Amino acid sequence: MANSTFGLSTNPLRWTVDPTFYPTARLAMEAPAERYAYVAGLAPDQKSRSDALYVVDVDPSSPKYGQILSRTDLPDIGDELHHFGWNACSTALCPYAPHPHVERRYLIVPGLRSSRIHVIDTKPDPTKLQIVKTIEPEDVFKRAGYSRPHTVHCGPDGIYLSALGAPDGGGPGGIFVLDHYDFNVLGRWEVDRGPQELAYDFFWHLGHDVLISSEWGTPRMIEGGLQPETLLGAKYGHQIHFWDLRKRKHSKALDLGSEHQMVLELRPSHDPTKTFGFVGVVISLKDLSASIWLWRRRSGDWEIKKVIEIPAQPADAANLPPLLQGFGAVPPLVSDLHLSLDDRWLYVSCWGTGELHRYDVSIPDQPKLSAVLPIGGIVKRTPHPQNPAEPLNGGPQMVEVSRDGKRVYLTNSLYQSWDEQFYPDGIRTWMVKADAGADGSLHFDPRFLVKTEDHRLHQVRLEGGDTSSDSFCFPS
Amino acid sequence: MNAWPWIALVALGAWHGLNPGMGWLFAVSLGLQNRSRAAIFQAMCAIAIGHALSVFVIIALAYLVGQYVSATWFGLAAAVVLAGLGSWRLLRGRHPRWVGMRVSFRDLTCWSCLMASAHGAGLMLLPVFVIGGGAWCGVSSPSPLKSATSFPGFYNSIPGVCVHSLSQFVVAGIVAWLVYDIIGLAILRKSWFNADLVWSCSLILAGLLMLTLRV
Repeated sequence: MANSTFGLSTNPLRWTVDPTFYPTARLAMEAPAERYAYVAGLAPDQKSRSDALYVVDVDPSSPKYGQILSRTDLPDIGDELHHFGWNACSTALCPYAPHPHVERRYLIVPGLRSSRIHVIDTKPDPTKLQIVKTIEPEDVFKRAGYSRPHTVHCGPDGIYLSALGAPDGGGPGGIFVLDHYDFNVLGRWEVDRGPQELAYDFFWHLGHDVLISSEWGTPRMIEGGLQPETLLGAKYGHQIHFWDLRKRKHSKALDLGSEHQMVLELRPSHDPTKTFGFVGVVISLKDLSASIWLWRRRSGDWEIKKVIEIPAQPADAANLPPLLQGFGAVPPLVSDLHLSLDDRWLYVSCWGTGELHRYDVSIPDQPKLSAVLPIGGIVKRTPHPQNPAEPLNGGPQMVEVSRDGKRVYLTNSLYQSWDEQFYPDGIRTWMVKADAGADGSLHFDPRFLVKTEDHRLHQVRLEGGDTSSDSFCFPS
Repeated sequence: MNAWPWIALVALGAWHGLNPGMGWLFAVSLGLQNRSRAAIFQAMCAIAIGHALSVFVIIALAYLVGQYVSATWFGLAAAVVLAGLGSWRLLRGRHPRWVGMRVSFRDLTCWSCLMASAHGAGLMLLPVFVIGGGAWCGVSSPSPLKSATSFPGFYNSIPGVCVHSLSQFVVAGIVAWLVYDIIGLAILRKSWFNADLVWSCSLILAGLLMLTLRV
């Protein structure tokens, strides 16, 4: 514990504000371009080797551009890395709990299966990562009453994590908080959870003291793979929840309708005075379509409506995995979406059909499709321009957008047991980068195609922050 | 009349006023949120009241304690508390985990009071009152500690606390207005130095000073 008292908990304080903290989203867009990407690597079978965190060179002027610079293996097998986040970000400037002299330095990396959380230091050498603290699963179980930690967000007053369920694999899932100085588990966040049972992602409208959470399923419903009977029984999540961030109380649930199964990534407006955001639905039981919904507050009340529907594409059963053969169509399976820091562009990944969609959401309830970029896909297997002869599998899954909004990074693995169901030939992993033009265009960078045989690449975090890891207390 | 204690009180108030973490930034954010300069002024009033409240509570407590202990012990205790708080803040700096961005006047007053108390804003005035005791008592006492530990000293300290609070309010108000109307928030990135670190060290120094000057 000596380490945590004098090494971490005293948090190596800076004399000036960490240069990666910005009071507003607009100022953050002027940030220098990232040079490194941190990427979660998932061991394909979760048995023969441990997961790892990769550092990828994303500096176009570097001779090693588009190459893996280092790999840090975790000590244990079976963590199942998935999402992760920073210990601190621009919320450190929030006026009610200011602590702007901590550093954005540590990656908080949860194991979605093991419930173990690693704290990984990116300094002094950003390419040589070091594990400086391990929060054991028992700590999470005992202190928070949750398991399967998923989303990590650096909040104004602590590090918030969502968790899919209870330690026994059932519900409810929820949110717990880590101290942002010593990374100890402070406990369960909710004071009154109301009717909320399922959990997945969460984010907030900081200017309004509102937290929003979404629903996937309990660990039992997902860990063995997508359960067709659970899906057809409409038992996966189909609601989003609004909370009073200050009082930690549930305030409202909005039901998208039970045919809209698996309501995942939440992308609220970055401007803290605004009260709208987008959330993706993986699949509709009616027609296998995926959809994007807009939530907003109107005359004091939250409402939600479908603003984008992406239809399933007809396909020959012979080209489909057993799970989908009966349907004769490939579902888009929207698994991730990202909103640029100016709240203008929405990027939507269709993991099933193998497409990245870009929408202009200047008018949030009237999105305009501005570009479609194909890569991989269950049926199409679209190659990357660097190697047009090689069909790729997996589809665009995790998306990350640079703070200036000019670069979009994609990886292709979803979740180990689900990967096998939709891509039974085994995901061969890739990470690619697309350049996003101010005119709404989207092009692959032919110089950037990262591949590895050892792990499947999942979430990407960018040096200094990115559009989904920063939130702001001041309006642009 | 000796002027330095007054200067010290004004300077300490100005120092608190300058620190973004002590209130003006909150006022600016509320102004930006409501797109209103009046919101900044209102917030500044709440913050100043909270700060003054915290200082008064500490001064009152100190004078109450002073009723029951000798001047020597009082000085010693104050020195230890000051240095202790400074060291604790240095080793285990924490900010209050309370409220959010939507705050009422009362919330903001309480927040400011909490923030000032956690920083030891009132404690820091003790050395000024104790060492400079004669300055505002109107009595030329050879031993300032005598007047410091006598209860009527509390009333004599009221003008001092008011001057200190006014200085905090004026400086914070001017900074808030400048940032809101002219400079912009980008200034935070360059100029928000670690005032807490300086403050913690000042607390320790003030404690040591009291020990040294103890008669």
